[in-house]
Amino acid sequence: MRGKRVKAKIHVTLKQGILDPQGKAIEQALATLGYTSARNVRVGKYLELDLNEPKDKAEAQVKAMCEKLLANTIIEDYRYELS
Amino acid sequence: MNFGVVVFPGSNCDHDCVHVLSNVLGQKAHEIWHKETSLSGLDAVILPGGFSYGDYLRTGAIARFSPVMGAVTQFADAGGMVLGICNGFQILLEAGLLPGAMIRNQTLTFICKDVYVRVENAATPFTGRCESGQVLKLPIAHADGNYYTDPVTLAALQANAQIVFRYCTAEGKITPEANPNGSLDNIAGIRNAEGNVLGMMPHPERCAEEVLGNDDGRLIFLSMLDALKNAKLQPKMVGAG
Repeated sequence: MRGKRVKAKIHVTLKQGILDPQGKAIEQALATLGYTSARNVRVGKYLELDLNEPKDKAEAQVKAMCEKLLANTIIEDYRYELS
Repeated sequence: MNFGVVVFPGSNCDHDCVHVLSNVLGQKAHEIWHKETSLSGLDAVILPGGFSYGDYLRTGAIARFSPVMGAVTQFADAGGMVLGICNGFQILLEAGLLPGAMIRNQTLTFICKDVYVRVENAATPFTGRCESGQVLKLPIAHADGNYYTDPVTLAALQANAQIVFRYCTAEGKITPEANPNGSLDNIAGIRNAEGNVLGMMPHPERCAEEVLGNDDGRLIFLSMLDALKNAKLQPKMVGAG
């Protein structure tokens, strides 16, 4: 029997304290649209992938993928949900 | 000397490097496709500029896993000279051959212009032809050249003279205005602790001939040649196939 398909939803964001020039530009754009109370805009990446593995094995693999490739942990944090 | 210039899918400064080394400086130089797994017989390796793998995910993040990178790491570990220029620098960072990471330019724009950098350490195999404190005019062309590292690593880079180039004014002053991309400490280039790996954002291969109006970049390649001739940094590739 093959494992049930697991969907991983992965968010990669710049660490707190690391300047996010894109976020800053978007914040200014929002302000010009009148959303003057919008603050601390941070831009990140969202990745989805399917794994044909049992959930515990899938989780270990997703974590390893994030550490090795999907995030650069010098500048980025990651979090994921499995369903 | 025998130089290898690695070609990743999306590299675009590979031919410029080969041209400078072979046609301008009379050395042996050839391209190495990124699928290669051996670098035997080479005296030095260059990772050129470009947009490897379209800069997908992060600059250098995917190229770092190209088959050739295992051999580049072995070559560097054995003491071989490795120069990463622009995207090559970004790949060296992602591969962990140099510390730190690149983030988007503070300006959010792709910057393509001549800048001035000050030689902070002239006692490296890549800068031996320069004077300490010498100002070089070199072109940059990048969107992700904003160097970042944590405060502990930055202090170690400073303490070990690993910061080789810093963005400066034409007179050699390190100012925020002279920093084109927001790089920490105006960093334009760093070396590893051992000194045989250098990453730099400016492009010396684009200004190595008088006919181009600027040959400051030639100093980098001439320094490498001097170092190789002194044979202090020749890799010990004993038993390599």
